[in-house]
Amino acid sequence: MTAHVIKLPDVGEGVAQAEIVEWHVAAGDRVEEDQILTAVMTDKATVEIPSPVAGTVLARGGEIGAILAVGAMLVTIDTENGVGAGAPAEMPSQAEPPAPSASSSPISRAPQRDTTVAPAAPPDEMREGRPLASPSVRARARELGIDLRRLRGSGPAGRITHDDLTATTNQPPQALRRRSAKEEIKLTGLRRVIAGKMAESTRRIAHFSYVEEVDVTALEELRTYLNDRRADGKPKLTILPFIVRALVRALEDFPEMNALYDDDNDVVTRHAAVDAGIAVQTPAGLMVPVLRHAEEHGLWTCAGEIRRLAEAARNGTATREELSGSTITITSLGDLGGIVTTPVINRPEVAILGVNRIAVRPVWQGEHFVPRKMMNLSSSFDHRVIDGHNAALFIRRIKELLETPAAMYVE
Amino acid sequence: MQEISTKVMIIGGGPAGYVAAIRAGQHGLSTVLVDEGRLGGTCLNVGCIPSKAIIHVAEAFHQARAHQGASPFGLKTGETQLDFATTRDWKDAIVGKLNGGVAFLLRKNKVTVLEGRAEILDGKTCTVTGAAGPTRVRAEHLVIATGSQPMELAALPFGGRVLSSTGLLALDRVPESLAVVGAGYIGLELGTAFAKLGAKVSVIEATDTILPAWDRELTQPVARRLEALGVTTVLGARAQGLRDDAVLLAARKDGEPLAVAAETVLVAVGREPRTEGFGLERLDLDRDGNFIRIDARCATSMRNVWAIGDITGEPMLAHRAMAQGELVADVIAGKRRIFDHNAIPAICFTDPEIVAVGLAPDEARSSGIAVKVGTFPFAANGRALTQADDHGFVRLTARSDDHVVVGIQAVGAHVSELSSAFSLAIEMSARAEDVAATIHAHPTRSEAFQEAALGVLGHAVHI
Repeated sequence: MTAHVIKLPDVGEGVAQAEIVEWHVAAGDRVEEDQILTAVMTDKATVEIPSPVAGTVLARGGEIGAILAVGAMLVTIDTENGVGAGAPAEMPSQAEPPAPSASSSPISRAPQRDTTVAPAAPPDEMREGRPLASPSVRARARELGIDLRRLRGSGPAGRITHDDLTATTNQPPQALRRRSAKEEIKLTGLRRVIAGKMAESTRRIAHFSYVEEVDVTALEELRTYLNDRRADGKPKLTILPFIVRALVRALEDFPEMNALYDDDNDVVTRHAAVDAGIAVQTPAGLMVPVLRHAEEHGLWTCAGEIRRLAEAARNGTATREELSGSTITITSLGDLGGIVTTPVINRPEVAILGVNRIAVRPVWQGEHFVPRKMMNLSSSFDHRVIDGHNAALFIRRIKELLETPAAMYVE
Repeated sequence: MQEISTKVMIIGGGPAGYVAAIRAGQHGLSTVLVDEGRLGGTCLNVGCIPSKAIIHVAEAFHQARAHQGASPFGLKTGETQLDFATTRDWKDAIVGKLNGGVAFLLRKNKVTVLEGRAEILDGKTCTVTGAAGPTRVRAEHLVIATGSQPMELAALPFGGRVLSSTGLLALDRVPESLAVVGAGYIGLELGTAFAKLGAKVSVIEATDTILPAWDRELTQPVARRLEALGVTTVLGARAQGLRDDAVLLAARKDGEPLAVAAETVLVAVGREPRTEGFGLERLDLDRDGNFIRIDARCATSMRNVWAIGDITGEPMLAHRAMAQGELVADVIAGKRRIFDHNAIPAICFTDPEIVAVGLAPDEARSSGIAVKVGTFPFAANGRALTQADDHGFVRLTARSDDHVVVGIQAVGAHVSELSSAFSLAIEMSARAEDVAATIHAHPTRSEAFQEAALGVLGHAVHI
């Protein structure tokens, strides 16, 4: 028996890991050369992995949903009589990439005969045992609140002297200290994908942003009312399902906003289905899971689905389908919100709706100010295909719907 | 009842308490010091000072007699006699002078001294009952410095001819025979002195070694000198009682009975903290065994209640108590201080004397430190030869990698005075190179210290 280990290949520029999304073979299956074994997803690209050899599948490197590091064992195949390639057998490697080796530095105790140079210990590293220092140095350090274990002594055997203490106290406090360190961080994975998409969007699209304020006092009353009386097991309503509803209703009158613009071929495709991308911050970075057919969703199912998608995106279990194919996108920073944002369009879409923070603001009504719950909508449009006038009408429609919640649900 | 309010109240006027009071006074804190006895505590009145006086007299008497007919350098003396009552008066005068000195220093630093017995009511209040009637003292800070007292043996309760060190030091004549129970430093210091004064001394020790706190290399010269002085040392034996005919009964480990002449018995089996009779139980402080538990600032488990000196545990030494006294006053005055000393020296005023600072070689090794040890004998030291006593040595232990000194011990005549050099080296985190490169005056015993350091480095000169 010859075990041939197929490792997770480097499937994309700088990609460090990938998620197994499909298995086409199981242990014991007979596979031919070039037969598709599995599909792995890196960020938003899915790659099918063909078998380089013929043989029998011995083991799989993980179940669907497992995330493997590049170079980790993906499939082990018994190549029997050397069918295919005579690749040397390898032991399955660990799924984890090697941890960066901690920089170890020698501390104190190094033999230092006949020299007055202190052993090189990094200044912020704790030394073991008692620091070497005279009683007066120890007393002064205590008065100054300096932990001698954090100091590097310049005296024999690393003894801390008064000069060492003085040098420490003459330094400005940490917050005012000059810094010169640089850290290079290689863009990989999702961050790299985001970078590419954002650059492409701003390079190609003539963005313009439009901000309007919306009085959501009535909407908030409705939301509070529904949340207070919601049935067990129903998700708590955020403002998002209402925004989705308003968006869906507004798009009935503005189909040009729910469209994909193929700018290579000068074709705009309007979509009847509202596949609403919902921008979600995940530990890895921005992701946009898609609420399919938003027009079909009632308030509660919409809320549940948004929640499910957001969680899937955050814990990395969102599928490729769930992460692609939106026709228009909503972006909200939740409580952070801000007053105004200038969202970047999720190309090839032509519009993105940004939701800002709700705040109680004084609003002039006739003869006096009244406190109202106000929220801004900051939206961006592709000026190549959307004119400012239409965008303003579109946002005004959404504003009307949000300010008169009943209108959203009246046919 | 008279009432006093003060910033600091200190119970106990021994080395811990009176030093704390002086330092508190120097900080300008209003301070009340309470003691029912004479100022200076155990150390000054019935411990370090009077015992050193007796040891000095005993040595002088012994030297005078030892040279009768056998002086290596030809000293001729007549009949040597000692008027021990005069000895006692001389000793008491020294004690009295020091009592007065402490009182003067307390006065100078505006400390109010109340003579009487303190009773703690709570963490901020005491009553003091003395000749002048009761006084109630309220204080922001209470410092407990009540010290320790000799431990009693059930088989030999104190009283009559069974004495503690306090009783022995108060004798006005030298007994014919003295049985010393306990071969620790107190028993051997006084046993040696009384042997030199002419008593027939027997030492009964329950463990298998004399001076269990020190290693055998250090105690061996003491054991040899005891033998030379005619002191009978019985190890592994327990005292069982005193017969009316001045015979101390004991039993060896194998059960074999033992009887030694004992006109007077010294019971010196250790000291215990003085925790009873002054209301300490009302505070319910955390304890370490019977000692009061303190942190590195001498703080007890109750806020603004502090404890210093022997009541806080081993080592029960006056110089540690004084250091704690200074420290606690500084802390109360708002200074940031902790007890962070590298070493506390310990001295045994036997013949020869033993001094130990820091770790012994075996202690260092068993705590995982690789060490180099340098030893230099007084037999190769000019000054020791000219003093007609070349027993003993200086031993220096340093870390083998960077030669930082972790321990220094010595045994020999007059080595107690080397303790300051030893302690300073360790507190200053000296390396063996530092000691070796310091010029030590010739001809002195301290040269042996330098040579021991050179020994660690592999190039001792005079051996």
